[in-house]
Amino acid sequence: MAVTIAKEKWTSKVGEMVLDADSSVKVGGESTLPFLQFEGDIPNRPVLALEVWDLEPVDWPEILKAPFAGVLADPVAWAKKNVEYGADVVALRLMSAHPDFKNASPEDCAATAKAVADAINVPMIITGCGVEEKDAEVLEKVGEALTGKNCLIGCATEKNYKTVTATAMVNGHSVIASSPLDINLSKQLNILMTEMNLPANRIAIDPLVGALGYGIEYAYSIMERARIGALMGDKMLAMPVICFVGQEAWKAKEAKSTDDESPEWGAQERRSILWEVLTTTTFAQAGGSIFVLRHPESVKQVKVHLDKMMESNAY
Amino acid sequence: MALTGLDIFKQLPKTNCKECGQPTCLAFAMQLASGKTSLDKCPHVSDSAKEVLDSASAPPIALVKIGKGEKELQLGNETVLFRHDKRFEHPTGIAVTVNDTDSDIAGKVQSINKLVFDRVGQIHKVNLVAVKNTSGDTARFAEAVKTVQDNADFALLLISEDAAAMEKALEVAGANAPLICSANAANFDVMLNLAKKYDSPLVVKGTDLNELAALVEKSGYKKLILDSGAREVNKVLADQTQIRRQALKKFRPFGYPTIAFADNADPIQAVVDAGVYIAKYAGIVVLNTSDPADVLPLITLRLNIYTDPQKPIAVESKLYEIGNPGPDAPVFVTTNFSLTYFCVQGDVEAGRFPAYIMPVDTDGISVLTGWAAGKFTPEKITEMLNSCGIADKVSHRKVIIPGGVAVLSGKLKEMSGWDVLVGPRESAGIPSFIKQRWGA
Ligand code: B12
Ligand code: SF4
Repeated sequence: MAVTIAKEKWTSKVGEMVLDADSSVKVGGESTLPFLQFEGDIPNRPVLALEVWDLEPVDWPEILKAPFAGVLADPVAWAKKNVEYGADVVALRLMSAHPDFKNASPEDCAATAKAVADAINVPMIITGCGVEEKDAEVLEKVGEALTGKNCLIGCATEKNYKTVTATAMVNGHSVIASSPLDINLSKQLNILMTEMNLPANRIAIDPLVGALGYGIEYAYSIMERARIGALMGDKMLAMPVICFVGQEAWKAKEAKSTDDESPEWGAQERRSILWEVLTTTTFAQAGGSIFVLRHPESVKQVKVHLDKMMESNAY
Repeated sequence: MALTGLDIFKQLPKTNCKECGQPTCLAFAMQLASGKTSLDKCPHVSDSAKEVLDSASAPPIALVKIGKGEKELQLGNETVLFRHDKRFEHPTGIAVTVNDTDSDIAGKVQSINKLVFDRVGQIHKVNLVAVKNTSGDTARFAEAVKTVQDNADFALLLISEDAAAMEKALEVAGANAPLICSANAANFDVMLNLAKKYDSPLVVKGTDLNELAALVEKSGYKKLILDSGAREVNKVLADQTQIRRQALKKFRPFGYPTIAFADNADPIQAVVDAGVYIAKYAGIVVLNTSDPADVLPLITLRLNIYTDPQKPIAVESKLYEIGNPGPDAPVFVTTNFSLTYFCVQGDVEAGRFPAYIMPVDTDGISVLTGWAAGKFTPEKITEMLNSCGIADKVSHRKVIIPGGVAVLSGKLKEMSGWDVLVGPRESAGIPSFIKQRWGA
């Protein structure tokens, strides 16, 4: 009995973003739902970034620190290590700018960003410390220092998007637009940013995802809805989605609890890495394109999975 | 797709005899279409019309039951492609495999029985033990099935394509409606008859979607689970999506739950594949691992994907006592979002000291969401401090709030008159916080 394959007739597609000085890395561009090659094109595979901090993290579990032993206090060495570990992108987080930590100046942050950029040959994501006003100041200087490098900078929020967008436009970067798990807020921010004449394909949507077990389902559904919106022609939802998975997954109790504390949960190493990997691969099913991770083993495992998912399943 | 009143009318006797309580057959058809009456009210409808109407009003994916009594697992009745369209109804059944060649089958089953996790106040566990005829030996399979049946807390999934082996296994386990896996083009008639004989659900396996549809059509049986034969994750995703889409379009042969096998040779990738199957429509996912480090993430994913998007899971907003708290025990304030409450409860318990937890009613949302939405406010906390009876239970006047909402402390102290201690941001920090800050 012949089955007539059910294909949706989507009218539009996700915008394509290019990264790096020579635009060598592309994300987005899909004309169908995630990995349904039988129905449309998936020209680019999702990209995986590993995080680097400019301030030695104190509360990371040992399992997460171990692969970076000796480089956690040296962002340049750490970034190189990430490239060795196979990260497609290096995600520098300028944590030292935080007023509660070192309150580093925008100039110092820019110098760090420049040093890291000069040491590696993969594209960069650069984020501030999460304090919106400070991030605006920091990103302004960082954007300048990395003119022409075509980085992805952020996070731009409702409060600081004007400065961040302006910096990106002047210096040729793309912007991460963050809004908390709400499709309308996200769209609103994209509209405001494009009204400043930032091209739509230089925005990545950050829906502020939660980890497996900690609200993953909200982001999952927002992302599915955004992708459907994009395919049906909503240009203000047709941006690649970036998911900061590492920071969320490694906060989960299931990732942090040791073998002794929770023997009934199995070995911490396997469980914590699966926590990060499954959070990522689940978001990939919902339409995530850029994943910011922490553990190199997660990068390795997600890559193997994506290689398989990128193989055609056309009928 | 539901039938319209007119579609239904065409199937009725059109005599307007009024026995159904409606003035005309057309009026009855209209009532039926809007679900306000049921077909059995009309005594004159023909059997053939009944069949047409029943099947048209049946859910797009049949409800299928595996096992009996407490061990019963229900699958199917799904109505949407995306959880945000409504919700997913029956969580993916998780099966863990035992091979009939395994050395300590009873021991392995015991370890599967332990795959039970307490999360957000609910028990979450695997659902089936799959017994696989890896040996190819008939007697050995039956013996393994017996051992599993005697020891397992869950219903059984019997995996063998050898009809003779299945027959023997069913002599052992057939009374408990195990899932028979599977009928393919070669063994079809015998397997189907076994399923009928034991009134048990049956997996139908095609080599592709076309063959699968043909076999289902041929079976005339309703207790089915579908296997398209795909085993690579990218292809399984495509087939699962097709089966769900076609079922929702009422392509009848695909109107049953599905089964997917996470048997990737790489054990980590097998877990990842299983995650895809849980998110994307599998009725059952069969695992080869019983390592809790593999199963816990999958069970958690299933819980998340199958949560009703319209209702966050909440706990009752009342004073909870952990251990046997005395008058000097600490008091923790949190919200009544289940996930939040149980994070706090778990960490308070981990610290091994008696305490009170007071979850404020935030309509089941988290601390920061509640704060941002104006539902976790000094006013509400004060109100609960005054009304829940805590003032009579403790001799001190100190309350601990989550670190994420430190900004509330000034106003809360002013309004309630209680001293406010700002706790750690993450509840995991509670045990050490108590050691350092609660005059022990
Ligand atoms: C899922 C989610 C939602 C879901 C709600 C889910 C729910 N049932 O709560 C939805 C999509 C509905 C939502 C909506 C909104 N959200 Co929201 N949401 C989240 C998200 C992703 C996860 C929240 C969560 O479930 N966390 C897990 C629980 C367990 O965490 P928790 O309650 O904080 O508990 C932890 C700690 O606080 C601590 N703790 C808890 N209790 C106690 C008690 C004591 C004594 C101690 C010591 C510790 C402690 O331990 C727990 C475990 O570590 C966060 C971002 C993030 N990644 O955290 C944003 C977030 C909370 N949301 C935010 C916002 C702004 C909103 C909206 C207002 C957006 C909008 N304008 O629409 C709405 C408001 C909703 C409304 N009007 O009802 C912001 C809040 C910003 C702020 N700091 O004020 C956040 C932080 C996102 C962000 N970064 O901007 N959200
Ligand atoms: S009982 Fe049946 S035949 Fe009689 S009016 Fe009602 S629908 Fe028509």
